[in-house]
Amino acid sequence: MSDEKIIEIEALSKQFKDVKAVNNLNINVYKGDVFGFLGPNGAGKSTTIRMMLSLIKPTSGNIKIFGHSLKENRKDILRRTGAIVEKPDFYLTLTAYKNIEMLGRLSGADTSKKKIMEILELVGLEKRYKSKVKTFSHGMKQRLGIAQALFHDPDLIVLDEPTTGLDPQGMKEIRDLIIHLSKDRGKTIFLSSHILPEVEIVATRMVIINKGSTVVEGTVNELLNSGNLKVTVEVNNPDRALEVINTSRWKEKLNNCSNSDFFFTLRQEEIADLNKYLVTNDVSVSAVIPTRSLEEYFLALTEGKQ
Amino acid sequence: MIKIISIELYKIFRKWRTYIGFITIGVLVPLIHLSFGLTTEDGGVGMIPRSIREGFVFTGNLANGYFISYIILHSLYIHIPFLIVLIGGDLLAGEATAGTYRMLITRPISRFQIITSKFLAGIIATVLMLVWLAITSLLLGVILFGPGVLIIAQDKVLILAENDVLWRFIAAYGFASISMTVVVSLAFLFSSLVENAIGPIVSTMAIIIVFMILSVIELDIFAAIKPYLFTNYLTGWLLFFDDPIDVQAVIKDVLILTGHILGFYFLSLYIFIKKDILS
Repeated sequence: MSDEKIIEIEALSKQFKDVKAVNNLNINVYKGDVFGFLGPNGAGKSTTIRMMLSLIKPTSGNIKIFGHSLKENRKDILRRTGAIVEKPDFYLTLTAYKNIEMLGRLSGADTSKKKIMEILELVGLEKRYKSKVKTFSHGMKQRLGIAQALFHDPDLIVLDEPTTGLDPQGMKEIRDLIIHLSKDRGKTIFLSSHILPEVEIVATRMVIINKGSTVVEGTVNELLNSGNLKVTVEVNNPDRALEVINTSRWKEKLNNCSNSDFFFTLRQEEIADLNKYLVTNDVSVSAVIPTRSLEEYFLALTEGKQ
Repeated sequence: MIKIISIELYKIFRKWRTYIGFITIGVLVPLIHLSFGLTTEDGGVGMIPRSIREGFVFTGNLANGYFISYIILHSLYIHIPFLIVLIGGDLLAGEATAGTYRMLITRPISRFQIITSKFLAGIIATVLMLVWLAITSLLLGVILFGPGVLIIAQDKVLILAENDVLWRFIAAYGFASISMTVVVSLAFLFSSLVENAIGPIVSTMAIIIVFMILSVIELDIFAAIKPYLFTNYLTGWLLFFDDPIDVQAVIKDVLILTGHILGFYFLSLYIFIKKDILS
C-alpha cells in the first residue's frame, strides 16, 4: 500500500436542520486503495460522497483530495475524479453515445468516436450506442454510469452502489473491472456498497460508519481477523472429538455440535491451537472453516453488538 | 464557456417542450396571413377605425407585409411570454427532476459557469423564438403581400414611409428580445428554487398575468405601484412605431428591463451557488 494519501477527510460534519447527517468523520484513503465505504441506510454515506464531490457543502471540517483542499481546488480535483452518485441519471432523450460525448466534453476528455466506442465496449453497451437512454434498463444505465465515470481516465473513482440493478454476471464483471483498475492501472477506488460480500472481495481497506461517524477503519483482513470468529470444525470421528473437547478448556468455547460439525467461538490466534490439540489427541480434522464474514462484522458493529 | 453553452443549447433543443412555442408560432402566424389574404379585398381599409376611415380617402394596398406584421406583433406579443416560460422554467428544475444535476456538478466546471451557460442558452433560445416570429410574420408577410407604407391608426393616424419601416421592425424585435429575456430570467429564477419545472412555469405565468392586469386597471390605488411592475415596460417596442421616437423613454425602459434581467440572474446565481444538491 502506498503512503500517499489520495483522500483526507478531517472532522467532517454536515447538519441538515435538526439532523446531523455526518458527525466529525475522519477518513484516509491511500493511493491504489480499493476503499470500502460501509454503513447501514442513513449512516451518512451518500452525504459524505456528495460532500467529496462538492454537491453539498460541509457544515464544518476539511476535505483534501490529491493533497489539495476541495474548497480551493475543486475544478482540478474533479478533472481527476470520476463518480457515480447513487442511481445513474442521464439525459433520457439523448443516446448513450451522446450522453458520454457530452459529459466527456465537460470533463475535458478526448471525445473521438473511437474513445467513446471503447468505453461503451468496456461496459458492454457498444451495440446500443445509438439507443436513447430512456429505453435502457436500470442495469444498462448503471453500466453507462460506470462508463461516464471512467471515460476521462480519472485517478480517483468514486462508486456509490455501482452494481445495483446488475445481474450476477454483470456484478462479477464490475468487480473484475474494479480489481483491474486498481491493480493494473493504479487507480484509487472509493467504493460505497450495501452488498457487503462485494466489498469483502474487492476492497483492500475499508471504513464502517454509523450515525455519521466512523465506527472502525482498517484493512479488510485486520477487521475480519479482529475480535471473535465463528469457526466450524469438521471431524471424521465426532465421538472422540466430543470426548477430548469436554475434558479440555475448549469446552467453554464450543457453542454446539451437529453430526460431524463442531461450532466454536474463537479468537483468530486460537484456531491453530484448537486444531493442534484435536490432531494430537487422535481426532481426524477434515476442515476448519472460519464462518465469520464482513457482513456479520458489519452488523455486529452497527447494531452495537461488538 | 462556449462549449458549455453549446451543450446547453443542444439539451434545450432536444426537448419536445421547446418546440411548442415554435410550432404554435409556425402554425398561427401563417393562418393569420391566410385570413388577411382572404379578407382584405378593400386593401385593408376596413381595418382602420371608422372615426379615422371616414375622415380620409385611402388608396392602394394598405394591408401590405409590414402592416400585417405589425398587427401580428401587436396581437401575439402578449402571448409570447407564455411560450417562453416553457423554456426558462425547465432550465434548472429540469436537471433536478431528471437527477442530472449530479452528473453536471461533478464535472470540472464551476457553478458560475453552469448557471451562466444555462442562462445565456435560455436567452439564445428566446431570441431564436423571436427570430422565428420575425421570419414567419415579417419575412413571410413581405413575401406574400409585399412591402409598403405602414399606417398605424390608433388615437391618431401615423403614416410611415416604406423605406422608414424595416429598421423600426428590427429595433422593435431587438427591444422585444430584452423584454422576453426578462420573462425567461424570471422563470429561470423560479427554476433555481425548485426541483420540478411545472412550478416555475405556472408561477411565472401567474406573475405576468397578475402584473398585466394591475398594469391596465385604471385605479388610483394601483397607480403608485405601476412603475414597479416590469410588465409595464414589456411593450416598449411600440415606441419605435412613433414619430418622432421618444428616445428617452426607450432608454428608460431598456434600463429598467436590463436591471430586472441582471437582478433575476444574480439572485439565481446566489441561490444556485449556495444550493445543496440532494436530488
